[in-house]
Amino acid sequence: MSEAREAIPVQRPWMPVLQKIGVPVISAALAIAIGSIIVWISGYDAAAAFSALFKGAFGGPKQIGDTILRATPLIFTGLAVGYGFRAGLFNIGAEGQLFMGGLAAASLGVFLVGQPWFLVVPVLVVASALAGAAWAFVPALLKARIGAHEVITTMMFTYIGRYIVSWLVVGPLKDEGMIPQTVALAPEAQLPRIQSLFSADTLDALPFLALGRAHMGIVIAIVVAVVVWLILKYTTLGYENRAVGFNPYASETAGISVQWTTVKALCISGALAGLAGSVEVMGVHHRIFDQFSSGFGFTGIAVALLAKNHPLGVIPAALLFGALSAGAGTMQLEASVPQKIILIIQALVIFFVAAEEIVLWFVRRRQKEAMSHAG
Amino acid sequence: MPVLELREVTKVFPGVVANDRVSMTLERGEIVALLGENGAGKSTLMNVVYGLLSAEHGEILIDGSTVKIRSPRQAIDHGIGMVHQHFMLVEPLTVTENIVLGREPGRLGVIDFTEARAKVAEISQRYGLRIDPDSRIADLSVGMQQRVEILKALYQGASVLILDEPTAVLTPQEVRELFSVVRSLVSEGLSVVFITHKLEEVMAVADRIIVMRAGAVVGETRPSETDEVGLARMMVGRDVVLRVEKTPARCGDTVLDVRDLHVEGERGLEAVAGVTFDVCGGEVVAIAGVSGNGQTELIDALVGLRPPSAGTMALKGVDITHASARRSIEAGVSHIPEDRHRRGLVLQFDLAENLVLGDHRLAPYASRGIMNRRVIAEMARTRISDYDIRTPSERVLASSMSGGNQQKVVVAREIGRDPELLVAAQPTRGLDVGAIEFVHRQILAERDAGKAVLLISLELEEVLSLADRILVMYEGRIVREFSADEADAETLGYHMTGGGGTKLGDSGAPTPETDEAAERGAGR
Repeated sequence: MSEAREAIPVQRPWMPVLQKIGVPVISAALAIAIGSIIVWISGYDAAAAFSALFKGAFGGPKQIGDTILRATPLIFTGLAVGYGFRAGLFNIGAEGQLFMGGLAAASLGVFLVGQPWFLVVPVLVVASALAGAAWAFVPALLKARIGAHEVITTMMFTYIGRYIVSWLVVGPLKDEGMIPQTVALAPEAQLPRIQSLFSADTLDALPFLALGRAHMGIVIAIVVAVVVWLILKYTTLGYENRAVGFNPYASETAGISVQWTTVKALCISGALAGLAGSVEVMGVHHRIFDQFSSGFGFTGIAVALLAKNHPLGVIPAALLFGALSAGAGTMQLEASVPQKIILIIQALVIFFVAAEEIVLWFVRRRQKEAMSHAG
Repeated sequence: MPVLELREVTKVFPGVVANDRVSMTLERGEIVALLGENGAGKSTLMNVVYGLLSAEHGEILIDGSTVKIRSPRQAIDHGIGMVHQHFMLVEPLTVTENIVLGREPGRLGVIDFTEARAKVAEISQRYGLRIDPDSRIADLSVGMQQRVEILKALYQGASVLILDEPTAVLTPQEVRELFSVVRSLVSEGLSVVFITHKLEEVMAVADRIIVMRAGAVVGETRPSETDEVGLARMMVGRDVVLRVEKTPARCGDTVLDVRDLHVEGERGLEAVAGVTFDVCGGEVVAIAGVSGNGQTELIDALVGLRPPSAGTMALKGVDITHASARRSIEAGVSHIPEDRHRRGLVLQFDLAENLVLGDHRLAPYASRGIMNRRVIAEMARTRISDYDIRTPSERVLASSMSGGNQQKVVVAREIGRDPELLVAAQPTRGLDVGAIEFVHRQILAERDAGKAVLLISLELEEVLSLADRILVMYEGRIVREFSADEADAETLGYHMTGGGGTKLGDSGAPTPETDEAAERGAGR
């Protein structure tokens, strides 16, 4: 086969891009197709289920807003896991870093009452990122210094982080009242809803702007995704990150410190996960409590896989997962298909992305057919 | 009637014709060498015969009748066996278990191991392939594992045996053993196709030589009718200098000065045990030695990958004993690593990204942490044309290039950086003659530009053709120093295997005690 590689390939610059996008798109399509078969076998009306799912996710501006709302933290956690992967690190503990980011925003926000929003919001966002980075720092150090595997250490730190938050919201940081949660953030510390930026007249004229609960966190998320993409593509930081991820030995030989790159990568990954916590606290709940994240850190792994660790790919991948979770409620309500079926589809998406060869087999067969027709 | 005949076999990969109407024959009891550069289409052709690839056009005839071979299974049924470069053995299983795998004797799913062992013993006896049928594969040397692969093919009833670059992984001794095995196989009536790009092997073992270039057969000859130079010309399509001409060295200032260097190896054992030497600008100093005598650790220490435990190193008077790899590069040390896939290249990076590796933080390629992709691409295009790297553009991934081209990338980067000292470790390993010539010329050009070159090579031929001075390393020490004109392969080999005592400065020309010691040393 080595001879085949000798060939000077014909240059078609769009081919690699198409291939990169192709596999995830086909994976998602296959997952939905097989998911609908499962729905059908289970005795439900698959067509009705998926039209309800679609309606719940994209049926109107409010529904689209819901999809955006759920995609926002997933963009951050997807970026976090993806950035780690690009350095050859599996940050499975994004959930813990997210909790710490959320905690930083919720607790610090209370102290910044009375300051203008343009001061408070950036401070809280940065604090969340730092808290997430700090939470990844110890596992990063353990990895770099003694080689302790990050899958174990970041996971353990997730438990530590979650239980610290559980304790704080029933203890030192508990708000008055029965519910174990922190004091609500003042309005200037909140991320406003998108629709609240427009006047009622504007919303009447342009109804697609009435995006319900979707908040400004999505703007931060997209900006951060672009920044991460630029870092990976145009900076020595990103170059070294990718080099170490692909081949630590060659990197070491070229004078790149593998240890230091590992520490930086895992801390940046943690910072991105911490931002997910901040948008959930500042944009959705306005406080922190035990169950404020519905596993966004873990779903972030699936998002990163589907996006093939590409920072810009994370955005549509997160939107897909956001749509699935936003539509699940409507699906249960209107087609009486249990919400949990969505988890099966999510799992199938991951399965097909991970088992890329299966998808490529379909692709190659199509190409072969195309070639034989052409020939 | 030939046992195997190919007629006009054409195999097309997207964008390239790998085999262009190739015809050949193989007679009973014959060794045919399929010779060609990497990428000439040799392996593709044989993979077609073995059913791993299917050809677009052409015929395969076995014993005069046309056959269709769609899978290795069918190839085996037609009596064709193939031993690949990378063995396909199950390491935890024994020799016998591996050989019978897929065709186990026995009934109802119960393997009859007594019969299996008897059959294996019978075959190994008949062809003189001695082996312990109960050893685990994992415990065997590479040469023995290859023997198991050959036995497996014979067990499956092969009458035509295809060996794909069988010597690439063997020591010189194992190569000689393999050759005698191959000869005994053909004397038993088997036919062998021997794929290689090494000229001396072809001359040593083949009955007939078929030369391929760019997917087509360009000639056919016999060892008695040609020599290595003639073969090289057919293979590459132009005159190839097997030994690059060079002028006497003009030694300038001392560039590298190593004093009493000690370096520990992987398990804390002292791998380099007090080495002292220097390299001046304008000369090539070679370190010759059998693999595993401390060369790897010495290189690692020189380029900042492994801190020495004692001693000093200085580059142009500046101490670099404790320099990191990064500082070492910045001080002017370039390094062509032994293993280009592991240390030399990031295969998933494109050419431009690989060409800037190591210099990626420095101006003009980067400033304040931002990389200048335009400047990097321009540099890459210059290197591609200066070093004759065959690629349509600098955006092609390193993994999609041939071994020779990949090595050119490493050479281009390390020499293109314009270093004070070039540490070249096994710079031509796995390359074909054309590429070897190119790399040798580049190394000598670097020398002639007044730079210091330290060559570490297991290939005596390379050492002798490039070096101005030769240091022989044995068990972590430099046991002997030769100037270029007083060394020959035999004496070097003798000292490389510890023949001359371990003291530096022994006087008098040593006489080899046995030929074998010298030959063992003549490792490639």
